[in-house]
Amino acid sequence: MTTDVQTLSQPRTKDRVSFFASPRAIPYMLLLPAIVVILSVVLVPLLVSFWTSFTAYNLTKPATLFQFVGLRNYQRLLTNADFWWAFGRTFVFVTITLNLEMLLGLGLALLVNKITWGQRTLRTIMMFPMMFSPILVGFQFKYIFNDSIGLLNNALFDLHIISQPIPWLVDGTLANFSIIFAEIWMSTSVFAILLLAGLMALPKEPLEAARVDGCNPLQVFQHITLPFLMPFVYIAMTIRSLDVARAYDMVKIMTNGGPAGRTELLWTLMTRTGYQNSQMGMANAMGYVSIILSIVFTFYFYRKLVAARTFMGGAQ
Amino acid sequence: MSRLTIEKPWQRWLIRFGVFVAMAILTVPGLWVVLTAFRPNIEVLARPAVWIPQNPTLDNFARLFGLSSAQQGLPVLQYFTNSLVISITSTFVAVVIGMAGGYSFARFSFKGKATLFLAFMLSRTVPGVALSLPLFIIWARLGLIDTSFGMILVYMAVNIPFTIWLTDGFFRQIPVDLSEAAQIDGCTRWQAFWKVEFPLARSGLASAAIFAFLTSWNEYALASQLTRTTASKTMPVGLMDFTAQFTVDWTGMSAMAVLIIIPALVLTFVVQKHLIAGLTFGGVK
Repeated sequence: MTTDVQTLSQPRTKDRVSFFASPRAIPYMLLLPAIVVILSVVLVPLLVSFWTSFTAYNLTKPATLFQFVGLRNYQRLLTNADFWWAFGRTFVFVTITLNLEMLLGLGLALLVNKITWGQRTLRTIMMFPMMFSPILVGFQFKYIFNDSIGLLNNALFDLHIISQPIPWLVDGTLANFSIIFAEIWMSTSVFAILLLAGLMALPKEPLEAARVDGCNPLQVFQHITLPFLMPFVYIAMTIRSLDVARAYDMVKIMTNGGPAGRTELLWTLMTRTGYQNSQMGMANAMGYVSIILSIVFTFYFYRKLVAARTFMGGAQ
Repeated sequence: MSRLTIEKPWQRWLIRFGVFVAMAILTVPGLWVVLTAFRPNIEVLARPAVWIPQNPTLDNFARLFGLSSAQQGLPVLQYFTNSLVISITSTFVAVVIGMAGGYSFARFSFKGKATLFLAFMLSRTVPGVALSLPLFIIWARLGLIDTSFGMILVYMAVNIPFTIWLTDGFFRQIPVDLSEAAQIDGCTRWQAFWKVEFPLARSGLASAAIFAFLTSWNEYALASQLTRTTASKTMPVGLMDFTAQFTVDWTGMSAMAVLIIIPALVLTFVVQKHLIAGLTFGGVK
């Protein structure tokens, strides 16, 4: 990377020298290594994947990489019921989990904020799920939701609530409930911790003023606490939407899309198509759909974050 | 807020109860896995369920490292080494490169700044599974499949955008005046950075580094496709070895899970304060 910098700054033309020697070039020079890495490891692959999505590329037949088929992969996707089920399920999954995580995170932050003694310990415990690799979260819940030896069924048995094992991961509906539960367990902390940090930074004066003016707690929350918390909500949403796809790891180990494709998300379907069925062209077309979905989510919350930041009078 | 609101005793107990239930849900699953790691397999399969371990044992860990004659060991030590090498190297490079980028965003105004920043963030948005498809094709042609070097490159790219975001926030919290004062006293900008700004940002940089390390350490989607053998398989990928067999080896998997979680646990405790500050104030101010 350093050699790039040197070759670029070789004196070739007069104005080029003056630009690279001028202070104006410094910020770009500092960013150059980062740009080079992202270009070569993210952007170039994305271009390859874009090209591949218009070919009939099959892993077992390398020559097919250059067999251009136009929009055929996309056409097939649009008429493929499995794809639409996976797409719809992913969309619903992300919407349900993000909203519930936000609400539960807010609730948890408000509760912990009320507790004065031992708050630091509680915050540490809240960090607990954040340390877990998604693959570990998946394993943990695969174990807990196991119908014959799982913690949950064992507890229900011993409390005499059930007499037959509940097939948490074997029944389609229950399996979807289980993966949503696992996802919420994994990520509610992100919201709780960031919102708690927001609550602790909340200025006291407006709260006192509102109370003196006779606002009830609900009004205080709605008109003072919540607007102040919004930037923190957007930070958490942005961070979360950056890596919604890590649900893949969890689902992969818990159900691997099963039973009978009932928990198949876009991400699991993609790897099945690409690596197991070797249909790389088709898989990359799906990949593009998932990339656009992620980018739209992140971009939306990022714009909200920038707007909230400007509203708070910050820099940028 | 707590000092403003006067709760009735029953309300206070309700809050405590709510917090207790929430904390139980957050901790019990993990603790249960840890308990299982120290149980013999018979106890896990027993019916009725055995709640408290009757015969705590270290056999599961011995088995992982091939120390027990009962079952052939998995190359867990090799996976552990791979994970360490890949995570530490990619973290170090990502932090150096990301720090330069973050400093640039924090201290300079230049053409295309906002767009570039957004472009970095959006590059992080690309799902690992979607990125793994083209990387698999390219890495295969370059001979980088199943090499630590290939994984290090990938994790560098994964970690740089977030490092830029965090360090940008940390550098913006340091007043510009400090570096300017040093420059008036005769330092070059380069010296001023290393003597004034770097020491002040050091704790923030440490947490950015730990965050990057944890991301690499825990990553599965990319590693599962780009690694094949003991030459580069990481711990999360190795965990799946247990499910490839005829039955799921719950105790073995639990023991491996404990090995994955320990470094993450230690590092997160070390860094938690800076991490929260970095995420919130780096983002808001």
